Amino acid sequence: MTYSIQGREGPWEVVVGMEVHAQVISNSKLFSGAATKFGAPPNSQVSLVDAAFPGMLPVINRECVAQAVRTGLGLAAEIHLWSRFDRKNYFYADLPAGYQISQYAHPIVGSGSLAIELPDGTTKEIGITRLHLEQDAGKSLHDQHPSKSYIDLNRAGVPLMEIVSEPDIRSPDEAGAYLRKLRTILRYLGTCDGNMEEGSLRADVNVSVRRPGEPLRTRCEVKNVNSVRFVMQAVEAEAKRQVQIWEEGGTVEQETRLFDPGRGVTRSMRSKEEAHDYRYFPDPDLVPLVLEKSWIDSLSAELPELPDAKKTRFMTEYGLALYESSLLVAESGTADYFESLAKNRRPKTVANFMLGDLSAALNRMGESFSSATLFTVAASAALLDMIEDGTINGRIAKDVIEEMERSGEGPRAVVERLGLRQVTDTGAIETAVAEVLARESSKVAEYKAGKEKLFGFFVGQVMKAMAGKGNPALVNEVLKKKLS
Amino acid sequence: MTLAPETVRRIARLARLRLEESEVQRLEQELGGILAWVEQLGRVDVSNVEPMTGAVAMALKMRGDIVTDGGDAETVLGNAPERIGDFYAVPKVVE
Amino acid sequence: MTLTDLGIAAARHGLGRREFSARELALAHIAAIEALNPRLNAFITVTAEQALAAADEADEALARGEGGPLAGIPLAIKDIFCTRGVRTTAGSRILGPFVPPYESAVTANLLRDGAIFLGKTNLDEFAMGSSTTSSAYGSTENPWKRRQNPEARLVPGGSSGGSAAAVAARLALGATGTDTGGSIRQPASFCGITGIKPTYGRCSRWGVVAFASSLDHPGPFGRGVEDCALLLRSMAGHDPRDSTSVDRPVPDYAAACRRSLKGLRIGVPREYRVPGMAAGIEEMWRAGESWLREAGAEITEVSLPHTEFGLPTYYIIAPAEASSNLARYDGVRFGLRRDGEDLIDLYERTRGEGFGAEVKRRILMGTYVLSHGYYDAYYLKAQKVRALIFQDFANAFAGVDALLAPTAPSAAFAEGEKTEDPVMMYLNDVFTVPADLAGVPAMSVPAGLDADGLPLGLQVIGPPFGEEVVFTVAAALERAAGFTSLPAIRAGSPAP
Repeated sequence: MTYSIQGREGPWEVVVGMEVHAQVISNSKLFSGAATKFGAPPNSQVSLVDAAFPGMLPVINRECVAQAVRTGLGLAAEIHLWSRFDRKNYFYADLPAGYQISQYAHPIVGSGSLAIELPDGTTKEIGITRLHLEQDAGKSLHDQHPSKSYIDLNRAGVPLMEIVSEPDIRSPDEAGAYLRKLRTILRYLGTCDGNMEEGSLRADVNVSVRRPGEPLRTRCEVKNVNSVRFVMQAVEAEAKRQVQIWEEGGTVEQETRLFDPGRGVTRSMRSKEEAHDYRYFPDPDLVPLVLEKSWIDSLSAELPELPDAKKTRFMTEYGLALYESSLLVAESGTADYFESLAKNRRPKTVANFMLGDLSAALNRMGESFSSATLFTVAASAALLDMIEDGTINGRIAKDVIEEMERSGEGPRAVVERLGLRQVTDTGAIETAVAEVLARESSKVAEYKAGKEKLFGFFVGQVMKAMAGKGNPALVNEVLKKKLS
Repeated sequence: MTLAPETVRRIARLARLRLEESEVQRLEQELGGILAWVEQLGRVDVSNVEPMTGAVAMALKMRGDIVTDGGDAETVLGNAPERIGDFYAVPKVVE
Repeated sequence: MTLTDLGIAAARHGLGRREFSARELALAHIAAIEALNPRLNAFITVTAEQALAAADEADEALARGEGGPLAGIPLAIKDIFCTRGVRTTAGSRILGPFVPPYESAVTANLLRDGAIFLGKTNLDEFAMGSSTTSSAYGSTENPWKRRQNPEARLVPGGSSGGSAAAVAARLALGATGTDTGGSIRQPASFCGITGIKPTYGRCSRWGVVAFASSLDHPGPFGRGVEDCALLLRSMAGHDPRDSTSVDRPVPDYAAACRRSLKGLRIGVPREYRVPGMAAGIEEMWRAGESWLREAGAEITEVSLPHTEFGLPTYYIIAPAEASSNLARYDGVRFGLRRDGEDLIDLYERTRGEGFGAEVKRRILMGTYVLSHGYYDAYYLKAQKVRALIFQDFANAFAGVDALLAPTAPSAAFAEGEKTEDPVMMYLNDVFTVPADLAGVPAMSVPAGLDADGLPLGLQVIGPPFGEEVVFTVAAALERAAGFTSLPAIRAGSPAP
């Protein structure tokens, strides 16, 4: 079912394209040798090139070029062996040179595509228009002083990839799926950490609406949206605003807007300035970027397996369902975790364990599979192996996990200390069964009269009497025998 | 040829140059004169000519991804007309 | 012989044999500067103390039998090269308070080789001009005087007029300059000295205040061809910090000065015979042809058909790049600030008051030609014509080894003579601009005097990285011309 906004006079289709700015993972800046680490003291990661001192010149970082190529390859895009840097001229407090070095006319990466999964399990291709390299600006702080803005140039010159999509997105869900999928691919490639809180990934969302079948109408750009959820909300809010304007007989003005997450609306960026005229021209400090085909081929050969390929492989190689595979490949760290555990273990069991109890525990600890400190692959392996060899049962495993979180111990230590080993001694089980059946004689009578549903009740009572440690299979077996 | 005064003011605004009214009048003439003079390029046939963006014909050289610079806020801020702590300071920008 | 009259080669010889010390040599020049700079205004900043300290170091090195190829040689540095700890203004108010915490690549190379810096020389603001009259620090006077009218204050040419005047008046043995549209060769011609603009990419632009990045060429001035060869050898070289710097070995240019002209083919571009060329220039050019022929070269006429379009092309491209390069002067991180009601007002006041009339004119011109709707008509068109001009040179160099032409269409003019109409002033660069657009090396050599007794220069243009052939031809011209005239104002002579 296609998404639409119901207006007074019928449905409106939403048309969305995105420009995503992704910070390239690199040690140093795009055109200078200053560091790119997040959160450094003000102006401590600034070279005189970044601060645009007289006579300072840009020299490009090879790794940033490689990262752009890798990303292009990951988006199945055309890599341009000849590209060029242009200057985008405008004055702003945190733009030291008075221009940004970007690639306007000749980007390094051309058209490609990215597949998103829709809720009904089908996939949709979103076209990628282009990807280019450019510099980030510095940061202005407006809230530190009553009459001054403070300028920190640590970010100035940090490498960015601007990834532009075709206007192929048709709903808030698709917009969210696009951004999530793009982030997943970037993380797999190791070209951007995708950290939206730190501003490593920011989206400008172009939204317009139209009657089904119409040509495109005027679009508005919602700038600098910094979470997947906000992107989805911004698309919906902006589309509804535009529908209302059109239906009231008004005209949507092409403009730049900001999303206000608190109020859930977009608002116009007050532009007291005249329309921008960026006066793009080729940067005369740089010559064209010419890449060797053989270098592209070697970067291509070193690319990691990408999420779509991995998902398919998980389904065929491990016999997982589409849903489980999709969840497991969303982060490369999760997929790696799975593959380490699934070696010599039942994949289905591993998947269930990871997506169930283990995910819940990691969530509580604010960790992920790749950053897990307590629930390392080794700890999880021990836990799964104890279940498999009957040392503990699945129910006790939950308790072990919770106790690990409390004490910080490993799973085997918890099991030993609390004596959580599963009871497989038939004598002990028979004693517990006998006690329960004696206590619940009336229920026994009902059971024997045909109320077989009560069997589960007896199992529960026996397990309770044994503090959960009874081997479920043995408990079942003994109960069946005694009740027959 | 003269340039319209509003054109002179528009480009002065783009270039962030404050001009006195007398300067605007002078520049209408001067810029108009220069533009009329460069019009002679209209006589050159440039069909099928690739533009020349620089004076060296070579591919861009690339540097290694190593941190070799920064870590010296004092040097970066040493010439600043106004600084507060380790920041450059400018009149408050209202966004 | 007074120390200030020495050539660089002779000074090196005297220093090496300890006939005089680097300190004595520096002191002689500092005294000359003290005597004459108040009048000539060739230097914006004089660094006498640093020069003497450096001279003492040079003396110690020389005493140990060490010292680089320029150990103890006192030079003047155009105030567009950033010098660590020494104010660098580019002739502009906007950089009045600027003290760079770094040394430009070219000046660092000179220091590495032992050179001593006497100070920073005057220039047209941001190197935009041909007369050194647009400096915020006053104009520089040409040390040469007209025979008929010695009172007239002549311009030294520009933009590197302070460097040229300093070398001509014997205030320095040599100097650095930058040539974007002729700013080394035209002042060299006006001041009766030699100056070379090497191939684009030969000298690093790192640390040189940018005017027009694709056209800025650092290069040396000297009182002879070999002096320029010695200076260029030190200044040139690959610099990984400049993406347009070319990685090729630097030849021994001084050796090239001594090579024979036998077998060389010299082209004379017919389009350089322009109407309105001043009296004496045509004759001097003819004389140059016969000198070279007598020295064994073959002279042929060549065609550079797009020559006449060089100037308009240049006056689109250079202002366009400048409008962007000069955006960084905004009163935030360095240089002058004029406070305003808000940030935009601060920018506009800082730049409105910080830049002079010519710089503003070029920023506006550049902003206009890059602005929406005009880019293709002006900037893109100019880049295409630039390609044709480059191709003209390439075609010519397929048949000849070097070109011979006048450096400038006139001798030095008086202040105020050509300043009314900017276009009239721009025409000064007619013979120099094409080599900048094409990036090819070109050198001006004094060849004679005009009827007023003012020096005129001839220009030798070579193919890309053909500096050696340029030096060979220029040295032959120098030997044949036997130019020994001296400027009226110079160290050791009474002021006229």
